[in-house]
Amino acid sequence: MLRVDVSKQLGEFSLQASFASEGRVTGLFGASGAGKTSLINMIAGLLRPDRGTIAIDTETLDDTADRVHVPAHRRRIGYVFQDARLFPHLDVRENLDYGRRMNRLADDAAQRARVTDLLDIGSLLDRRPGQLSGGERQRVALGRALLARPRLLLLDEPLGSLDEERKVEILPYLVRLRDEAGVPMVYVSHDAGEMRRLATQIVMLRRGRVIAFGGAEVLPAA
Amino acid sequence: MFDISPAEWTAIQLSLRVATVATLVATPLGIGVAWLLARRDFWGKPVVDALVYLPLVLPPVVTGYLLLLTFGRRGLVGAWLADHLGIVFAFRWTGAALACGIMSFPLLVRPIRLSIEAVDRRLEQAAGTLGASPWRVFLTITLPLALPGVLAGMVLGFAKAIGEFGATITFVSNIPGETQTISSAIYSLIQTPDGDTAALRLVVVSIVIALAALIASEWFARRALQRVHGN
Repeated sequence: MLRVDVSKQLGEFSLQASFASEGRVTGLFGASGAGKTSLINMIAGLLRPDRGTIAIDTETLDDTADRVHVPAHRRRIGYVFQDARLFPHLDVRENLDYGRRMNRLADDAAQRARVTDLLDIGSLLDRRPGQLSGGERQRVALGRALLARPRLLLLDEPLGSLDEERKVEILPYLVRLRDEAGVPMVYVSHDAGEMRRLATQIVMLRRGRVIAFGGAEVLPAA
Repeated sequence: MFDISPAEWTAIQLSLRVATVATLVATPLGIGVAWLLARRDFWGKPVVDALVYLPLVLPPVVTGYLLLLTFGRRGLVGAWLADHLGIVFAFRWTGAALACGIMSFPLLVRPIRLSIEAVDRRLEQAAGTLGASPWRVFLTITLPLALPGVLAGMVLGFAKAIGEFGATITFVSNIPGETQTISSAIYSLIQTPDGDTAALRLVVVSIVIALAALIASEWFARRALQRVHGN
């Protein structure tokens, strides 16, 4: 259960969003500039709300009235960025292992094998990020976030920087992730097709406000 | 011509020791200052910024004199250090290292600062979401990615420290075996009748050290860049 009730002023832009979602995949849907990325940056702890609360299940992550702000590195929330952001000085294996090391988790070979199989990245382990295609990079970024054992996974337009062919290549992995990985996700996109394919609940944003909440029926007709 | 005398060897060894100690002590401090200037906004930042670069524009004799006033036996800090910790800088080789460290600090900090500024902050954010505390983000992401700049800064700082003359001679004088570096030895020799040959020998030695430092820095920088870009 993810509960968000926040407001934030960013220059001229004001964001005021409130929703509670129980879905396996919560879709944040809206045109660019609607405030989707600011919203998930707040969920991730990278951006502080001016006012409001953010909570997962019974744990409060942000509560401006009580001056609660859990820093990003203690939230256990995975984040897959549009631009992958793999660490260029580490190879794929070290990138995948990074979250486990930082969270001081025990080495779990079975989990590692499951994630590398799920994403078909077993053959890339010795490469550097500079030697990967855009689609491969995004799959490694997904694996890296998953192996940190997050309780929630944020995906900010993970297909946004890919061409059509690559999108078709990645989308099935995301569906598998939703059905097999068992981690609730927040999926940000401006693409109604992706939303239909993946999201179980949809939060529709326009100019910093939530204008609709519900199932696939709130999406504009294809 | 190439028969280096024991006195000249002493000056060469002293120069190397002074510059090495100055660089090794100044580097962690320089990394910290560079990170603050590159990544943090705080009250008085322009003043810190100016102070770091001040030795670059101040006449070296002024810096040396200020050091003498501060760290001399009767200086504010110098007296306290001597009484409480038994550390003396005045007219010791450690004082030469202090002078060289301060004079080379701007050259050390600048490339480090630039390379930290060049590290993509979005990578640091990504590391945070993977559970890395700010300190571990610095150690595992920022510092390795800024390594070419750190090495460049160290080499520049070392080269400056080897060549430092004005502040050192003002602060710790020109005592053979204690504070007489290559530079001050050359200075003494060219004021001595028949000192030309010895001075020239030390000139050649300076050139060799400078060239070796430059070649080493090129090599390190290339290795570090390869590491960062991973090709």
